[in-house]
Amino acid sequence: MISGVALLTALAIVTGFSGCASRGAIAPGAQPQSFPRGQVAKGAELAHLGNCLGCHTAVDGKPYAGGTPIKTPFGTIYGTNITPDADTGIGRWSLEAFTRALREGVDRDGRHLYPAFPYDHFTKVTDEDIAALYAFLMTREPVRQENRTNRVPIPRAFVGVWKSRYFTPGVYQPDSSRSAEWNRGAYLVQGLGHCGACHTPRNKLGAEEKDAAFAGGEVERWHAPALNAASPSPVPWTVEALQQYLRHGIADLHAMSAGPMQEVTHDLSNVADDALRAMATYIVSLDTRSDAERRQHAAAALERAGKMRAMQGNTIYDGACADCHNRGRAEEGGALELPLGTALTVPTPRNLAYIIRDGIVPPEGERGSWMPAFAGMLTNEQLTDLLIYLRALSGQSAWPDVAREVRNISRGDQ
Amino acid sequence: MKLDVNGRAHEVDADPATPLLYVLREDLKLNGAKFGCGLGQCGACTVLADGEAIFSCITPISVVQGRRITTLEGLGTAEKPGPMQRAFIELQAAQCGYCIPGMMMRAQALLEHKPAASEAEIRAALQPNLCRCGTHMRIVRAAVRAGELMRGKS
Repeated sequence: MISGVALLTALAIVTGFSGCASRGAIAPGAQPQSFPRGQVAKGAELAHLGNCLGCHTAVDGKPYAGGTPIKTPFGTIYGTNITPDADTGIGRWSLEAFTRALREGVDRDGRHLYPAFPYDHFTKVTDEDIAALYAFLMTREPVRQENRTNRVPIPRAFVGVWKSRYFTPGVYQPDSSRSAEWNRGAYLVQGLGHCGACHTPRNKLGAEEKDAAFAGGEVERWHAPALNAASPSPVPWTVEALQQYLRHGIADLHAMSAGPMQEVTHDLSNVADDALRAMATYIVSLDTRSDAERRQHAAAALERAGKMRAMQGNTIYDGACADCHNRGRAEEGGALELPLGTALTVPTPRNLAYIIRDGIVPPEGERGSWMPAFAGMLTNEQLTDLLIYLRALSGQSAWPDVAREVRNISRGDQ
Repeated sequence: MKLDVNGRAHEVDADPATPLLYVLREDLKLNGAKFGCGLGQCGACTVLADGEAIFSCITPISVVQGRRITTLEGLGTAEKPGPMQRAFIELQAAQCGYCIPGMMMRAQALLEHKPAASEAEIRAALQPNLCRCGTHMRIVRAAVRAGELMRGKS
């Protein structure tokens, strides 16, 4: 993007490149290396938590061998080979070089890395976790695969300028006024999880707007929704729901993860529950709306969902009830138009549920008015949908928890 | 729409509100279930959904998707009739025969749950099904006999 380049050039002139110079190279590390199994396992979990595969593995490519195109407003950057291959991967990188890349955004040769590699987040990761990640990556199968050339019209020197303006290195500092779980969540979310890389808006130069943290951002032409008080989630997230979502990519009252988030939740399914719970605890705390306001939002959304279910009931009505009930009593074989029915207006769905289930049958051997029984035809869910729909026809407010009443009735509660 | 009828999966191109009976007879050519009143009042259209007797003429196919549908054809063949069919043949429990498939299916639903059902229970269960010829006594006897055959009596 030309305007971005122009802005960076202007910035470079203003700041006079001070403190932006590249750094020295770090000598190759010893090879091969071995690591304790526990450390490698921990690194594996952290690699999932950081979704490293997302950028460092191409479609149909070997794991961590790079080649993934990452489209940014400034051009296309390719994820690099981070397998321990000596010539094309990071096989010659010592732990020191690896740590410097994550913490300072500089490669082993001392060149600035483009911030598509989210070192503005990874800088917060502790030495211990970086060492575990290193142990994991260095024990992967080395893949010989040359890195692809980035297509970014911005020289790396400008990245130094950008960093002097927007990048603050430093490990996560706990907030002593918060719980240990919250702090662990904040550490994982702000650090390796780099959630803000997508969920925080960026300025024209591609830097996260720190004062709008988690206010929603853009990624791969998808919108990454706000996680703070501006969260558009119809039912506001709870810690339990968010933990479930991060773990399974789906939560009962929320959408399935889709787009760029899909691979994130897929990776997070390999992360231990306590870590996910900590992340959920921190993220939910970002929504600073009052409990009352959150509850009100949830209730309104659930009511709209109820109307949707009533439409399901409408389909069942059209197939099972309309033949008689749309005709009215005047016609032979016709039955009452249901907005006139009393069973729809009483405070409980039970009367209507019993009538639909058992029909209305005269005593054995007697003549009398008659309606067929629908027991066996409708599942509990279908009966629930139908009851919700019929109640809406009555013009009365919805019955509370129709599904539970139907379950009770089907359990033989007469 | 996907329907599971007599253990076979069928893909049916029909409006979700279409009565199951129409699909059984016209699309799947299973003519055991009969069209009587079209209002769920006579029982000639009775089939089983997951073992429960239902009026297929007032059942939209949308509500039985994914459920196990059984029609008269699912109880046996002319060459190899099932116990319910053998009992009705043995006792010649048909006059015009139009209601008989529905009678057999509703009796089947009861006896699958309760093979030793009494004659009184069979009468009560068959209440929703009508017979205009007045063959009721034979129908009830045949259903009792079917229960015996299901329990392994010869």
